[in-house]
Amino acid sequence: MSRRPPSDISLTRRTLTRRTLTRRTLLQRSLLGAAALGLAGCDRLSENDAVISLLGSAETLNLKAQRLLAGRESLAVEYPASMISPVFRPNGTVDPQTALYRNLAANDFADWRLTVGGLVNTPLALSLDTLRSMPARTQITRHDCVEGWSAIGQWSGPVLGDILEQAGVRPSARYVVFHCMDQLDGEHNYYESIDMVAAFHPQTLLAHSLNGEPLPVGNGAPLRLRVERQLGYKMAKYLKGITLVAHFDDIQGGKGGYWEDRGYTWYAGI
Amino acid sequence: MSTHTAVRHFFRGMGMPEHTPDHGRSRRLRHRLPVRAWHWINLWCMIVLLLSGLQIFNAHPALYWGSASHFDAPWLEMYAMRGADGSVHGVTALGPWQFTTTGVLGYSGESVRGFPAWVTLPSYQFLSMGRVWHFFFAWLFAISGALFALYALWTGHFRRNFWLSGRDWRGLGRDIINHLKLRFHAHSGKYNSLQKLSYLSVVFVALPLMIVTGLCMSPTINAAAPWLLDLFGGRQSARSIHFITAFSLVLFAVVHVAMVLLSHPLRQLRGMITGRVPRRSSSSEPESPS
Repeated sequence: MSRRPPSDISLTRRTLTRRTLTRRTLLQRSLLGAAALGLAGCDRLSENDAVISLLGSAETLNLKAQRLLAGRESLAVEYPASMISPVFRPNGTVDPQTALYRNLAANDFADWRLTVGGLVNTPLALSLDTLRSMPARTQITRHDCVEGWSAIGQWSGPVLGDILEQAGVRPSARYVVFHCMDQLDGEHNYYESIDMVAAFHPQTLLAHSLNGEPLPVGNGAPLRLRVERQLGYKMAKYLKGITLVAHFDDIQGGKGGYWEDRGYTWYAGI
Repeated sequence: MSTHTAVRHFFRGMGMPEHTPDHGRSRRLRHRLPVRAWHWINLWCMIVLLLSGLQIFNAHPALYWGSASHFDAPWLEMYAMRGADGSVHGVTALGPWQFTTTGVLGYSGESVRGFPAWVTLPSYQFLSMGRVWHFFFAWLFAISGALFALYALWTGHFRRNFWLSGRDWRGLGRDIINHLKLRFHAHSGKYNSLQKLSYLSVVFVALPLMIVTGLCMSPTINAAAPWLLDLFGGRQSARSIHFITAFSLVLFAVVHVAMVLLSHPLRQLRGMITGRVPRRSSSSEPESPS
């Protein structure tokens, strides 16, 4: 590699230097070329299904390792009231334009019902007043957006596990799917899904209040999900229905959520 | 050297002592196989983790201290601004200072983005894919790091080659002066004090810090180990420290490569690939493992 070929021995020092410089230029150019090719190559890899599926296997590792470390019951950090963010930044849909939502909002959600169905013994249809009169949990937690920012807010609402017990979850149910009234792309309704570990976690709420006030439109009025040990996109806003299912392959894109159908991991614990 | 020989040399050296002149052969063993393997795995992990990390950073190119984001007071922020003449400028704000960084930070390739396309993976804005790359290579990095840590503990790799002796500490001043003069004459193929200190801080401070602050950004890990979050002063602080440590690792890599280039690059490269370097033909030839 570093040994020069015998024919070079006769060359003068000057020619040698020039030759080395030419080689160096060549090396630099090929490095730049390789970098450009590398970038294009990485973009192509990022669109290759086999590569995506191989790299995506880390999601299973994340889920299993985190479940092992965090267990079923460990609680998300709760903060003192002094740490509540002055403005809880709304993200995603902040003002749903669907006819369904506009009509319900115009009447202050008096006609709105949260339906609980699918693999349950007793399907439910709960009004906002019913949900507000149920025993509530209040918690001041940190909301972490997948984009990287965090905000702290105080959430109140019934614990999801209580509602699921009221409906009576059948043994065949493996996931809880949340159906929403908003459409981020103007075509597909937002939806999300969580498994039974997340669903029956003591801090998993159907929140009707933020910082002691009824949930503002920007943050998901009249009711949103809180799954405190996962990222923000799991916490569906503008809820209209909950279904218990054995699998979610047949719902929209089949990946278990609006963002999951668009490449985000289903498990959002990190 | 043929590829075959290179491959054969790469796999030689398991269990042989390091830095011991091998008088029977024309080459000396410089780096053992686990060291070389870890070095090159780390190189790839660090490239992918850095580029995908910048992709993730670009989803919200601002950093804060504390638990939550105080959106009006990031300590570092990249954004775009339209000037009076209608042209768009990239701006990087660091504390109270603002810098115009058009074409690199804040605004590049005619789009509003923190870091430019040529340092993000994928090159275009694609947060979910950046995360997929990042977590896969984070596992690779953590597993290979854990295996290497076991090997290093077992063989005393760091104690033997990197622990600073009294002589090393006393020679530190001289080493700094020599480095400032760009004189890298090391003694007998051993690491000098500055090298030892920088490798020790990378291996025992920076790399573990990357993993732990990375985990601190996970809400599930926060529930499992709230004390870790307290240690770094909150999730946004952990995110900032993750970024700063990554930046310091980039600086380390730049200096590391510069040092190799300044001290017999091909010989060094050969040492890290085959494990062996040619014996010195004369005592005047400087030698320094980088």
